[in-house]
Amino acid sequence: MRISLFSFALILSSVFSAVLTMPTTSRAFEVEENRYFGPKDSDALKILSTTDTDLLAPLIGSFLALNPGVAIDYTSVSSAELMKAVMLEGAEFDLALSSAMDLQVKLANDGYTLAHYSDLIDLVPTWGTWRNHVFAFSQEPASIVISPAAFAGLELPRSRQELISLLRKHPDRFRGRIGTYDVRNSGLGYLFATQDARTSESYWRLMEIMGGLKIRLFCCSGDMIENVARGDIAVAYNVLGSYARARKDLASRITIVEPEDYTNMMLRTAVVLRTAKHPKLAGAFIDHLLRAAWDTPDVPEYPFHRYPISDEAQNAPFRPIQMGPGLLVFLDHLKRKRFLAEWHSTVQQN
Amino acid sequence: MNEPLQTSGSLRRRLMLQLVGSAAFLATLLFFVVLGFARDVAQQTHDSILLASATSIMDSVSVQADEITVDIPYAALSMLGNVSNDRVFYRVSTRDDVLTGYENLPTTSQSVRSGHSAFDTLTYKGDSIRMVTSLRRLSLNGAPADIIISVAQTREGQAAQLAQLSRSAMQLGLGFFLVATILAIWAAQSSIRPLKQLTEAVSRRGPKDLRPVQRPVPSEMIPLVSSLNRFIGRLRVSLTRSEDFIAEAAHRVRTPLATVRTQAEITLRRVDRAENRASLREMIRAIDESSRAAGQLLDHAMVTFRIDSLERKAIDLTELGRELVDRLQPIAELKDIDLHFFGSGNPKITGDAILIQNAVRNILDNAIKYSPNESAIQVSTRQNGNTARIQVEDEAGGFVGMDTDALTQRFTRGENAAGTIGSGLGLTIAREVVEAHGGVLIIETSKTGTGACVSLCFPLH
Ligand SMILES: Nc1ncnc2c1ncn2[C@@H]1O[C@H](COP(=O)(O)OP(=O)(O)OP(=O)(O)O)[C@@H](O)[C@H]1O
Ligand SMILES: [Mg+2]
Repeated sequence: MRISLFSFALILSSVFSAVLTMPTTSRAFEVEENRYFGPKDSDALKILSTTDTDLLAPLIGSFLALNPGVAIDYTSVSSAELMKAVMLEGAEFDLALSSAMDLQVKLANDGYTLAHYSDLIDLVPTWGTWRNHVFAFSQEPASIVISPAAFAGLELPRSRQELISLLRKHPDRFRGRIGTYDVRNSGLGYLFATQDARTSESYWRLMEIMGGLKIRLFCCSGDMIENVARGDIAVAYNVLGSYARARKDLASRITIVEPEDYTNMMLRTAVVLRTAKHPKLAGAFIDHLLRAAWDTPDVPEYPFHRYPISDEAQNAPFRPIQMGPGLLVFLDHLKRKRFLAEWHSTVQQN
Repeated sequence: MNEPLQTSGSLRRRLMLQLVGSAAFLATLLFFVVLGFARDVAQQTHDSILLASATSIMDSVSVQADEITVDIPYAALSMLGNVSNDRVFYRVSTRDDVLTGYENLPTTSQSVRSGHSAFDTLTYKGDSIRMVTSLRRLSLNGAPADIIISVAQTREGQAAQLAQLSRSAMQLGLGFFLVATILAIWAAQSSIRPLKQLTEAVSRRGPKDLRPVQRPVPSEMIPLVSSLNRFIGRLRVSLTRSEDFIAEAAHRVRTPLATVRTQAEITLRRVDRAENRASLREMIRAIDESSRAAGQLLDHAMVTFRIDSLERKAIDLTELGRELVDRLQPIAELKDIDLHFFGSGNPKITGDAILIQNAVRNILDNAIKYSPNESAIQVSTRQNGNTARIQVEDEAGGFVGMDTDALTQRFTRGENAAGTIGSGLGLTIAREVVEAHGGVLIIETSKTGTGACVSLCFPLH
């Protein structure tokens, strides 16, 4: 989930304005890691993904075990680079797995993906698919990660309201010890922030208070988790809960809070790319992911926590971010400019 | 008369085909009308959502620091996602610049005035899209500037919805057609029914039933039926007229003949020459022959007339037989014939006593006429199951070697009748009377084998 600082903003403005004008000879997208699974001689299924290779390796293994003779060429990139590779460079991949739901929806909306039909889609809740093009295979909460040591003597907050009143009561204890995503550089941070802003007014109050307490901005969830564990900061807001849970080594030094007022759920999604050479196999891999994510019984190699499938009718705190053209709104560059300006003026208050 | 008529097709089939054909036409029309209507409604619904989206984007346009900016509301695009899963494109531009959105989205060919919008169906990235274009004039640095907002959506959802609707419209059309066909069959059947009923009523009639048709018929059939009635009327009139003519003629011939016969007999008494006497006898015989023929013709005409409107009264057959035997006893005695009557029970029948008397008298007449002198004739009545029978047995040799069916035809006489006076109408009259009463005339050889046994059988009262 590392997103290089400049590329995100750059790509976002260019995917809108320069799809046609951008020469195909532009610089290649930046690869974080490339790993090959399965027999060397076969024609591999090429996956472009923002998920760390290690995290998905067990699922890839079980897929290969079920499909002997198949190989997978797994390339991990940042979400912005994924967009760049697909939209600007026309890189030939079969499958794109990404945590950036908004960008995946944009790929599907703008015609870079193929439809996939299978019986397994019925397992996925209706909010977990879009147009039979985008398929969610995880629910990952935007959590608050807390250092219990720093909260000694205080009751841990369970909601944004409680966090706000704690910060108001004890400004000195938390000054300079609060962190969140730098939404200007992190796609996921931006997604969480925009969804927060759209869901509740309390987001801006929280940012205002945090801004007043000299909030520290981070590029990624991993950094925030480590900082909290070290005790450098007391609270990190909008951290990807699945990463925090994954750090079993830090479990004793951090507390993960899924806010009770509402918790945005990011959905990690898969799309079959239009350039796919193996659309059938790509579909089979998606089915494999969907089975692991939504079918019973649980499979041990599934790397994410399985949340109960929340029913929209209930007022459950878990709110899966809604897929659909609404997500395109925050990708609009004017909208983004405005949002970032407002966010910046709220957070950097001096 | 019984040649098969040529048909010019079936009225019922033609009616049915026309009705079914128009039902098919209407069903097809219905299908297209419903489909067209559904398509319009679907299009309008889609258009109004697109317009709402464009309007909400338009409302977010503002001028800040001498620059036009737009803050697209989340709902502007998410509302489109709530309607269908279709792809969404938008563009915000001025006359010269694209401010944001999909630059290469096609532009509308219509000219849009400020505050108005236009809808187009276009192709974008290989897909059919529906696009709304709204325009508003703003003032920028004191100069007017046009803001043009286009919002477009692919039409897959609409197409799916239309496919569903056209299936429904198809089912509707088919259902309509089926119901209409059933109704058409029923209508054809029932409109042809009066015709069938009339046909049945007319063909059920007896051969001599010449009454006009009086049952109510549909107004369209009135001309046909009244022509038919006129025709029947003419037929009846001409039949009656010819019967009348025969009766009149017979009557007019008989009276002068009686005079001629009397004169001939008187003359016979006066004439001595053998050949003159022979020719006078010949003459008297011819007169008898003619007189008998006239009498029988008159009777036959009377019988035909009475049968036409048959009287139905209870008749005691035994009484009738006894009376008749008494009346003919003197004639039998002339030939020393032993004429007996034997009545068992009182079988009652319904009918015209005059006709039945006439019939029985003809049979008895024959028996006396063809019997040799000093023989016996036995008349008897009896009831058998539900038939009443009166039978005449004689010793006149019977109908050996004769075609009894032919003898009941008009003017047919047997070989044994050579020396006797007769016209060949007696059995004809008897048969017609019996059949008019629903009975049968049976001609057999008597039990003794020496003569005939003729029976008139009637259904019981
Ligand atoms: N009882 C009978 N025995 C034998 N032959 C008979 C008897 N009755 C009728 N026939 C035959 O049947 C013929 C037809 O009889 P039918 O009564 O019709 O005519 P007809 O007696 O000759 O004339 P008429 O009209 O004067 O009675 C007779 O000519 C005769 O040959
Ligand atoms: Mg006779």
